[in-house]
Amino acid sequence: MSFEGLPKGSCDKKTSFVESLYFPEIFRGLGVTMRHLVKNIFHTADMPTMQYPDEKRVYSDRFRGRHRLTQREDGTPRCVACQMCSTVCPADCITIEGAEHPDPAIEKFPESFTIDLLRCVYCGLCEEACPCDAIRMDTGIYEISADSRDKFLVDKEFLLNDTERGTF
Amino acid sequence: MTIVMDTFAKIGFMFALIMGMVVVLIWMERKGAAFIQDRTGPNRADILGIRLAGLVHPVADVFKLLFKEDIQPANRHKALYNTAPWLVMVIAMSTYAVIPFGDYLTVGGRQVPLIVADLNVGLLYILAVASLGTYGVVMAGWAANNKFTFLGGIRATAQMISYEISMGLALMGLILVYSGQATPEHLKDFFGVDFLSGLRISHLAAGQGELLWGIIPKWGIIVQPLGFFLFLAASYAETNRNPFDLPEGESEIVAGFHLEYSSMKFALFFMAEYAHMVVAAALIATFYFGGYQIPWAPRPVLEAKAAMLLPAIIMATAVISLIFAVLFFRRAQHEKGKFGDARDREPGLGGGLWALIGLGALGSLALQPWNIGPEGAAVFAGLAQVGMFVAKVVFFAWLFIWVRWTLPRFRYDQLMHLGWKVMLPLGIANLVVTAVVLVLVQ
Repeated sequence: MSFEGLPKGSCDKKTSFVESLYFPEIFRGLGVTMRHLVKNIFHTADMPTMQYPDEKRVYSDRFRGRHRLTQREDGTPRCVACQMCSTVCPADCITIEGAEHPDPAIEKFPESFTIDLLRCVYCGLCEEACPCDAIRMDTGIYEISADSRDKFLVDKEFLLNDTERGTF
Repeated sequence: MTIVMDTFAKIGFMFALIMGMVVVLIWMERKGAAFIQDRTGPNRADILGIRLAGLVHPVADVFKLLFKEDIQPANRHKALYNTAPWLVMVIAMSTYAVIPFGDYLTVGGRQVPLIVADLNVGLLYILAVASLGTYGVVMAGWAANNKFTFLGGIRATAQMISYEISMGLALMGLILVYSGQATPEHLKDFFGVDFLSGLRISHLAAGQGELLWGIIPKWGIIVQPLGFFLFLAASYAETNRNPFDLPEGESEIVAGFHLEYSSMKFALFFMAEYAHMVVAAALIATFYFGGYQIPWAPRPVLEAKAAMLLPAIIMATAVISLIFAVLFFRRAQHEKGKFGDARDREPGLGGGLWALIGLGALGSLALQPWNIGPEGAAVFAGLAQVGMFVAKVVFFAWLFIWVRWTLPRFRYDQLMHLGWKVMLPLGIANLVVTAVVLVLVQ
C-alpha cells in the first residue's frame, strides 16, 4: 500500500513500544472521553443538540417546502392547466386535468390538480417551469407525515389553502 | 430459623441491589454515551412532567417490551429457545451468593455475616458459574436456528474458553498472596480461624483490610498489579462487553446470539448483560480493590470514631442537599414557562425533594447521633462498609460503560491473539513471579 499524498503521520506511523502496550493509549482515550463528559455535564446548554419539537431550525426563504397553488384576487387558482410543471417534473408526481374557463380572457383552469408528495423530490423545477407563478414551494413546511399513503395525494383545495404548518 | 430469615434478608438486599443497579446502569449507559459524544441523551419520557434526567426511560422500556408481541422463529428448538434467556439471567444473579458486601452487621446482639453463602471454595464457585453463563448464550444462538445467532454462539464459546484461562491464572496469584495470612485481630472471633484461606472470598476481602508496611492498604491491585489488568480484561470478555463484545458484533452478525429474540425475552438478555456487569464490577472491587474495606479505616477505627463520623456524614448530606435545592429553585425561577407543559414543574419539584432530604438530615441531628454508644457504633461500621462496597461497584460498573464508549471493538483474530499469545503467557509469568517472591519474602 502506498500512503503518498496523505498528511504526514496519518497512517504510515509505526506503532511505538509504549503504544503497543495498549494500556497507556487506553488511558489516554479514557481521558479524552472523560473530558467530553465533564464538559457536557457542566455546560449542557452549550451542546449543539437542538431539542427538535420544542425548538426548530430557521431555514432561509429559498428553502423548498411543501407546494402551494397561488390564487387570483377572486380566490380562483392562477393555474391555467398548461401542463408545463407536470411535464418537467422528474418524479412525475403532478397530475392535472384541465377544463374550459368561463372567462373568455383566460384559456383554461385545472379541474383537478394532484401532487403525490411521496413521489415528489422537492427539486423545484415546477416552480421554475410555471409561466403564471401559479405553483410555489415557499410554505417552508418540511414536517410532512401522515398515517396512510392516500393522505399524501394532495388535491387542488388542499394546495390552494396550504399555509398551515405541521402535519396533515 | 433466624439463619433462614437472615439469608432471605441478604438475598433480598442483593436482588434489590442488582435490579436497582440494572435500571441505573441502563440510564448511565445512555446518558454517559450521549455526553461523551456531545449529545444530550434521553430526556423525553416523563411521569407527570418528571423526567429525572432520563431515568424514566428504562421504566418506559419495560412497559413497551412487556406489551410487545413475542415473535419466535418457526424452526426454533422450543425448549432451549425458551430456557436460554432465563438461564443467562439466573446465572448472572447466582454469582452474587458468594460476594461479601460487608464483614458483619450486629443485629440484636447477633453478628450476621454480610454474605449470602460463605463457601470455603467461593472462588472456584465463581469460576464455575461464570463459565456456565456462556451456556445461555450458546443455547440462544443454537436454538434460534439462524446462521447469525449460531455464529454469535460459537464466538461466545471460543472467546470464553480463551479468556477463562487468563482469569483463573490471575486469580491464582491472588490466592497465593492471601492464603495463610494472619487473620486481622478484630475478626479472629468472628471467623474463628488464625489464618486466612485464599479460596474463601470473605477471607480474601478481610485480608485486604491490612496495611502493607504500615502505610499502603494491602489491596489486590497493590500486590497483584499485573493480575489486576489480566482479570479486568478477562472479565470484560466474560461479560461480552466492548471491546470484547464479538458475540453481538452488530456490524458483522447483525445482533449475534439474541437476534431472534423479541419482547420480554430480549429484555431478559438485555438485563442479564447489565446484571453481569454488576457481578463483574463486584468481583473486581472484591478481589482487587478491598471489597467493602474502607482504606485506612478498618472496623475498629470506624467503631471508635463512629460518634464523630456519623454526625459529620449527616451534616455533609444536609449541606449538599440544600445546595442542590438552591440550584434547582434558581433554575425553576430562571426557566419559568420554558416548555409550556407539565415539564415546567420539574425543577421546582426537584428542589423541593432536595430541600426535604436536607431538612430531614438536619432534623435527624435532634436524635443526637453523637451518642450512639458501642452497639450503634458496630451497626454504623457495618453499614459504612456496605456503603463503601456499593460505591466501589458503581464505580467499576461505570468503568465498563466508560471503556465501551472509548474503545473500538477488537477484530476476531486480534481477540484470539490477545487471549492466547499475550494474556496467557503474562498470566503464567505473573503466577511464577508471585510464587517466587512469596517464597523469598518468607
